[in-house]
Amino acid sequence: MPELIRVGMADYKVGKNPATLISYGLGSCIGVSLYDPQTKIGGLLHIMLPDSTQARASDNPAKFADTGFPLMLADVLKLGASQSRLVAKIAGGAQMFAFANATDVMRVGSRNAEAVKKILKENRIRLIAEDTGGTYGRTVSIDLTNGVYKVKTIDKGEKEI
Amino acid sequence: MSEEFNLSANQLDALREIGNVGAGNSATALSQIINRRIDMNVPKVALVPLDAVPDLVGGPDTIVVGVFLRVYGKAPGNILFLLPQKSAYYLVDTLMGKNHGDTEKLDLMDESALMEIGNILAGAYLNAFFTFTNISMLPSIPALAMDMAGAILNVVLVQLGQMGDTAMVIETEFLSEDDGINGHFFLVPDPGSLETIIAAVGVE
Repeated sequence: MPELIRVGMADYKVGKNPATLISYGLGSCIGVSLYDPQTKIGGLLHIMLPDSTQARASDNPAKFADTGFPLMLADVLKLGASQSRLVAKIAGGAQMFAFANATDVMRVGSRNAEAVKKILKENRIRLIAEDTGGTYGRTVSIDLTNGVYKVKTIDKGEKEI
Repeated sequence: MSEEFNLSANQLDALREIGNVGAGNSATALSQIINRRIDMNVPKVALVPLDAVPDLVGGPDTIVVGVFLRVYGKAPGNILFLLPQKSAYYLVDTLMGKNHGDTEKLDLMDESALMEIGNILAGAYLNAFFTFTNISMLPSIPALAMDMAGAILNVVLVQLGQMGDTAMVIETEFLSEDDGINGHFFLVPDPGSLETIIAAVGVE
């Protein structure tokens, strides 16, 4: 039975085949996975907010897209992944409650998605699959044996991206 | 200030008492609507790491119905009333005069009924809050979602996440006498609101 490694909110984990990294109950948060298909090394990052520069000081850099992603990237490279082979998949970024006068805070899901895409581009990592937006929660997992990224929802079942 | 906010034992007691009176009012309201006795526990007032908040309701992938209300006024914040799926269906059966077990999914009418319950609970809660603190606060119209607890709590946690790594939650659990309904009522003051509340209570 391959190891199931749980990634909490505002956290990230890296690992190598055979293992599955999983994060439960993402709303506006985003699960960013990295995977090197050759070495079968990867990581999963669960960010809450797009930008650390717009927040007060935090003890936890993994909470933000801009500070969390470089940490995960450095750790997968340390394990032996190659940056040029790494591919990314992302899911999450929902808006759970629809309000007519949604504030910026309510729309944080789409801002998270934009921030993640920007930082992937800056690091020249290909985004090969995406399942973001909507008004529903997601549980996401990446299987490091094959790089399959599973997105589970309560109403729309489970899909692989 | 929020992340280093240290409350004295007396201040925590004062918050607990506010939560107690607020939730007591809410429980009475709910009990009158469904004509059953509603018990509640002593409110938990605690500074909780953000990622631990979903564990208060059974973990991030527990399916719950959440009624969310924004609170406006001098001490703004959020109110979230969470019911495990089974409890929510049971409550709908009770409200709609159906047999228990009839509700297997929520239609618009059911959702509207649950939102109204959220509205009434929030109103009762904030009324008591006003009596205690003299801070007048108004709830927004309610919004409802049925989904994973982690995803629903995100809404509240994101705002706090911008200011720190912990959430001050005032949480009360409701239980109906027949055990059919158990719900969690959260009042999560915005960063900064806590100081206003504490100052209004005047406890050191």
